[in-house]
Amino acid sequence: MTHVLEARNLTRDYHIPGSLFKKARTVHAVKGVSFSVDQGKTLAIVGESGCGKSTLARIVTMIDPATSGEMLIDGAKVDIAKERLTPEMRQKVQIVFQNPYGTLNPRKKIGEILTEPLIINTSMKADDRRDKAMAMLKKVGLEEKHYGRYPHMFSGGQRQRVAIARALMLNPRLLVLDEPVSALDLSVQAQVLNLLADLQDEYQLTYVFISHDLSVVRYIADDVMVMYYGEAVEYGSREEVFSDPKHNYTRTLFAATPRADVDSIKARLARKNAA
Amino acid sequence: MSLFEIENLVVEFQTAAGPFRAVDGVSMKVNAGEVLAIVGESGSGKSVSMLAAMGLLPWTAKVTADTLRFNGIDLLGLSPSDRRKIVGKDIAMIFQEPIASLNPCFTVGFQIEEVLRIHLGLDKKARRARAIELFDLVGIPNPAERLGHFPHQMSGGQCQRVMIAIALSCNPKLLIADEPTTALDVTIQKQILDLLMRLQAEHGMGLIIITHNMGVVAETADRVIVQYKGRKIEEADVLSLFESPKSEYTRALLSALPDNATGDRLPTIAEFLSDDQIFAGAVR
Repeated sequence: MTHVLEARNLTRDYHIPGSLFKKARTVHAVKGVSFSVDQGKTLAIVGESGCGKSTLARIVTMIDPATSGEMLIDGAKVDIAKERLTPEMRQKVQIVFQNPYGTLNPRKKIGEILTEPLIINTSMKADDRRDKAMAMLKKVGLEEKHYGRYPHMFSGGQRQRVAIARALMLNPRLLVLDEPVSALDLSVQAQVLNLLADLQDEYQLTYVFISHDLSVVRYIADDVMVMYYGEAVEYGSREEVFSDPKHNYTRTLFAATPRADVDSIKARLARKNAA
Repeated sequence: MSLFEIENLVVEFQTAAGPFRAVDGVSMKVNAGEVLAIVGESGSGKSVSMLAAMGLLPWTAKVTADTLRFNGIDLLGLSPSDRRKIVGKDIAMIFQEPIASLNPCFTVGFQIEEVLRIHLGLDKKARRARAIELFDLVGIPNPAERLGHFPHQMSGGQCQRVMIAIALSCNPKLLIADEPTTALDVTIQKQILDLLMRLQAEHGMGLIIITHNMGVVAETADRVIVQYKGRKIEEADVLSLFESPKSEYTRALLSALPDNATGDRLPTIAEFLSDDQIFAGAVR
């Protein structure tokens, strides 16, 4: 069986041009990362800001080309640096961004936001586009009456639902989720995570889930990749990574994650009283 | 006597659709050397109640309270200029977004020295020495050199340290931290929380941490207040809140933590609690 997404030794360099006072330099944002994801599975990519996880998301979504390395989607090699991206390819991968306040055009109605990908990538008729958008609204837990409203009339969680709906309009195989719940409240976060799980079951979607919240990752991921300064320092199944972290950075990350269970509170209070 | 006391605080905003009550009868007490966490979702009025206590809300907000007392001083009866002598000096606040709360037009050194000049009246030499001392205290490397940097030259974690240094500059008796680590990575969050807890213990400050992260509450607080839609739902010490939450809402909030997930789905609050059920257990 071919993987939905396979990456072999992907790298990405950014060249920063020099000026009179500064030398030109090269930033190696991603340094040789390999991974694969199967249909219906979730790969979580964890790391702190600046570790290259969003760059990787841009490569996978075919927004930026990789500097070197190979990327295969459904077994087909993709290199947007060499050839133009076809609408068929574009439909296979979609992305949901972190900040639902910044990614929806405030001057467009929800209906226009949802139908725009169809206008660009398909030759669907206006009536069909509208029907599809209506159906998708219901699918993500919104209502038909929301079709004609503007983004500012929605809460953060609802906006993230719209962003997810927009990404699903083209029936993608692979969905890249770039910190989809980190801007949301705890209870709303739970709703959106449930929605993502339901949609994955229904459409057999494959997720690349980028996050720095380990408790969310532990809940949603099948495989986990930990990135540190552009390198994948740890890659394995969720059980392997969480039960037996090999790299020092992964251990630091686990130690830094606040724990909300009763035993750790008791331990902390005991330490405090002793001091 | 408590260091900081609020009784029946009500904050209303005038909107086109009539008055909107952001905070509805909240009471709290903080003692010196105590860490109080206020938890709630966005819109629960946790930030607004603290801003109201500090007098930082715009004139469109109507603030009333039975008691609003800090260190024996009635904050409600003070003139704005008298209040400003306390706010920023004895009560200090750390805001949510460090990069947005620092002025991008001035160096961080200027911004910290401004506080020292206005509140403490130190001369130029003493100001600089104190600023370096404070930067050292919050763990900024090369403090003397860093004073000349602008906020955009520093990372988010460094900016948050600068904010903490500014807040601590006059040795406040009460520090209010409004989502101090929300914008930061977990490793940086750990450093900032450790720093706050260390400084709080060393200076014996009262500390109020506003957050929506249950993990942060578990790691820092002595006592916890849970707020929902401007009302206080529950108040308890941290262990009993996590061990045996009294209100339905707190229970729902805790079960929505991915850590506590059992099975495939996370329980969500809206699915099994209505507003009436949430408020049924509310305390005053």
